[in-house]
Amino acid sequence: MSNGQLEIKAISGHRGGTPGQGVSRDYDVCKLVDTTTCIGCKACEVACLEWNGYAFHETTFDNTYQTMPETAWNFWNLIKFNEVETDNGLQWLMRKDQCMHCAEPGCLAACPAPGAIVQYMNGIVDFNQDHCIGCQYCVTGCPFNIPKFNAETKKVYKCTLCSDRVGAGLEPACIKSCPTGCLHFGSKDDMLDLAQHRVGQLHDQTSYKNAGIYDPAGVGGTHVIYVLHDKDKPEQYGGLPKDPTIPFFVKMWKGPLKWLGGIAMGLGVAALFGHYVRYGPKPPHDESEGRDKAQ
Amino acid sequence: MSTNIVASHGTDLRKGEIIRYTFKERICHWLSAISYVYLLLTGLALFTPYLYWIAYVLGGGPTIRFWHPWAGLAFFVVQLWMHSLWHSEMKVTDQDRQWSKTVKSYVTNRDEEVAPAGTFNHGQKQFYWAMFYSTLVLIVTGLLMWFPELVSLKAHGLMPVVIFLHCAAALVTIGAFVIHVYMGVVFVSGGLQGILWGHVPISWAKAHHRLWYEKVKREDRSRISSSEF
Ligand code: HEM
Ligand code: SF4
Ligand code: SF4
Repeated sequence: MSNGQLEIKAISGHRGGTPGQGVSRDYDVCKLVDTTTCIGCKACEVACLEWNGYAFHETTFDNTYQTMPETAWNFWNLIKFNEVETDNGLQWLMRKDQCMHCAEPGCLAACPAPGAIVQYMNGIVDFNQDHCIGCQYCVTGCPFNIPKFNAETKKVYKCTLCSDRVGAGLEPACIKSCPTGCLHFGSKDDMLDLAQHRVGQLHDQTSYKNAGIYDPAGVGGTHVIYVLHDKDKPEQYGGLPKDPTIPFFVKMWKGPLKWLGGIAMGLGVAALFGHYVRYGPKPPHDESEGRDKAQ
Repeated sequence: MSTNIVASHGTDLRKGEIIRYTFKERICHWLSAISYVYLLLTGLALFTPYLYWIAYVLGGGPTIRFWHPWAGLAFFVVQLWMHSLWHSEMKVTDQDRQWSKTVKSYVTNRDEEVAPAGTFNHGQKQFYWAMFYSTLVLIVTGLLMWFPELVSLKAHGLMPVVIFLHCAAALVTIGAFVIHVYMGVVFVSGGLQGILWGHVPISWAKAHHRLWYEKVKREDRSRISSSEF
């Protein structure tokens, strides 16, 4: 985030010290989604399309209020609607689905193209389509099924956490549009604080005794966090994984296999060179038989 | 002195020589080699950022992402052709197992201690099968990776395994390939001539593939220069 440069150093005609001076700032940004106050109005879906310049397109109707089954390459922000049976009757859950901006992003780990995916210091994980080669390894690496392929441009797209807006000191477009205040944006510490406060409220004033924060440790925490009515059942919110991690085989492939493969190739070539210098080529013909007879 | 060149099996047969590969076999081999080398280079570009410059040399990342699968398909088809030409020659026999017992002498150039080999020695056969089975793994995994958008939603969890296997099988072929080129071009002098033009000196055949030479002499005289007899 460029706020570092815009931090105020001095103010004209201002008595006393400069506000905020000497206070350390946490530049990790975070979006907080409070599912307990989301009413499923989809204002954020529209705001996302508008800001990112995508027209609404045809979709699949699947007998729910949900706009489409999954996010799409040109639809990055989707409210997932889920009806869940509980002891107290039917519960209607709504969750804003988008890129989670993982602290340890599986998409980035899997991508082979230099610069196609970058992670900013502020935690935003951003795709740079100019460098993307369309291999879709990122799709494989992501535990949240977020990057989506455009078969026409052969590139992958996803939520940018409005890196362009945040870079200019603005909130993401979705945050701006939320009418109930269930979306918040700020530093990660502040958002965790706010979420903790909300969870306390739910514990004290409602029957959601198991309410909690979703900030999965398996991917190092995320820069989009949720307050859930029941922190032990994230799956019921339209498939939010309980303990997401970078897939084991992605780690094996990008880790040991690369190292062992690289070392084996290097040693192999060196060994052949050593063999050549030690033994040299085979004598062209076996002189004792064949050659003289053949002539 | 006349050179007395006879054409046979699409190959010029010179005095004192024997036909090792027909024209068809050579074309097949070099199509395989060309497509493989392209796959190797473009694959290595995606294998490590240190070699991504190869992608720029070959037209850029999206370009190699487009052509790598097509080259893979071509390589696979050529391998099937090669299989139809050579698989019967590649069956491992007791003689091969004898040969393998003396492989240490073979690699240290103490050739007089090496058991005689047939058309292909055991090492060549092992190379062949390593390539063949790796190619099967590569084509199956490669097809899935070509269009992951068609498979990944239902079998998302499978794709990491698929990519891992593709990469692992490719590494096996690279190991095999490097040894193959070293043996063919550098170590076993005279071998390259055979796969390029099809004919090799009879003395070379006797030295490196004695059982093959004897078999040809018994069964297929059109492959041997008549001056031998
Ligand atoms: C630039 C690359 C390559 C070079 C320089 C090369 C060279 C050679 C040579 C010199 C031979 C003759 C050996 C003999 O007659 O005993 C040969 C044979 C052969 N090549 Fe290649 N080759 C290359 C790539 C490939 C590839 C990619 C494959 C298969 C995937 C392959 C498969 C074979 C097989 C199966 C044989 C017969 C058995 C053997 O010699 O191992 N070659 N090659
Ligand atoms: S949610 Fe998926 S796409 Fe977003 S940062 Fe995490 S791994 Fe990458
Ligand atoms: S599709 Fe693009 S962003 Fe995704 S892994 Fe491939 S090159 Fe990287």
